[in-house]
Amino acid sequence: MIKKVITLALLAGFAAIFTNLLLGYVPDESLNLTARYYAENTASETGAANIVTAIIVTYRGLDTLGEVTVLFLAAAIVGLVLAQTRVGDQSGVEKMPPAGELLEVGTRLLAPLIVLFGAYVFINGHLTPGGGFQGGAIIASAVLLLLLTNPLRRFSHRLIARLESTMGLFYVAIGILGMAMAGGFLDNHILPLGEFGALLSAGAIPLIYVLIGLKVGAEFSSMMVSLSETEDQ
Amino acid sequence: MVYVMMGTGFILILIGLYGALTNTNIMRMIVSFTVANTGTNLVLVSVGYMTGRTAPILDDAVPVVDAVHRIIDPLPQALVLTAIVIGLGVTALMLAYAYRLYETKRTLNISKFKELKW
Repeated sequence: MIKKVITLALLAGFAAIFTNLLLGYVPDESLNLTARYYAENTASETGAANIVTAIIVTYRGLDTLGEVTVLFLAAAIVGLVLAQTRVGDQSGVEKMPPAGELLEVGTRLLAPLIVLFGAYVFINGHLTPGGGFQGGAIIASAVLLLLLTNPLRRFSHRLIARLESTMGLFYVAIGILGMAMAGGFLDNHILPLGEFGALLSAGAIPLIYVLIGLKVGAEFSSMMVSLSETEDQ
Repeated sequence: MVYVMMGTGFILILIGLYGALTNTNIMRMIVSFTVANTGTNLVLVSVGYMTGRTAPILDDAVPVVDAVHRIIDPLPQALVLTAIVIGLGVTALMLAYAYRLYETKRTLNISKFKELKW
């Protein structure tokens, strides 16, 4: 009872704060200084058509490297925490009913297309809405589909780990190349900027986003594989 | 429009907090946290929204010279992209720990875990 009253009082307090914020909020009429700088200089400085991508990969590239590191840590800890309860291969084969013709054929048809779409999303990250994180999540959804069809399917942890660490290594290497050949860490001018709006443009941004896409896809997949391989004893 | 979006975000935060504080099942608490997380992201994105403007992507429809008057603030979107990814990592961690907790007591009821209760 007291618990409930405290909870409701707390929520009422939050609701009061939020109402205050909402009533006092006045939308901006024009872009603020930072946004104005990005709007005016992104095209000439980075060559990327998608300003959000330019911010994530170049202007705040170090933050993104940190973000990918956090994601790697999360995937590693999920693997570590669940490691002891992970079962080996093929222990519960008899218990599982088959997934059915429809689901199996559908997965066989859809999984490659989903991976292709994910690759499209992260390769075009500097031109269209999308990018490495979104594309990586789409690729991981193909892995999820495969796991849903056959929960006993085993993916190679070694392959996922190799892919993930190689991509991370290349990402940092590109950052250091930026220090050696251009203006600083993760500067995208190590490759020519190219024609604005073309697929191969914006310097190193497409390359970095491909690396991020594969890395994020591998990390999400490793989380899902760890969770799916955990079985109750 | 922006007020609707922001209001929805705040309501989602409140729903999530309510769920996290009142439910005793750990799985339900995790779901509540993700609902609150979605609400926070919605509020952040709505801060960058401006009526009558378009997405911060430069193309034929939004030429570079005109961009300052045509696009919305790109910075909240970049921040929220980060927040979504980190949120997913946090959710995965919570699920993993929930499983470990379940293993120790064979229950997901949070009130059965009394070791740190005062």
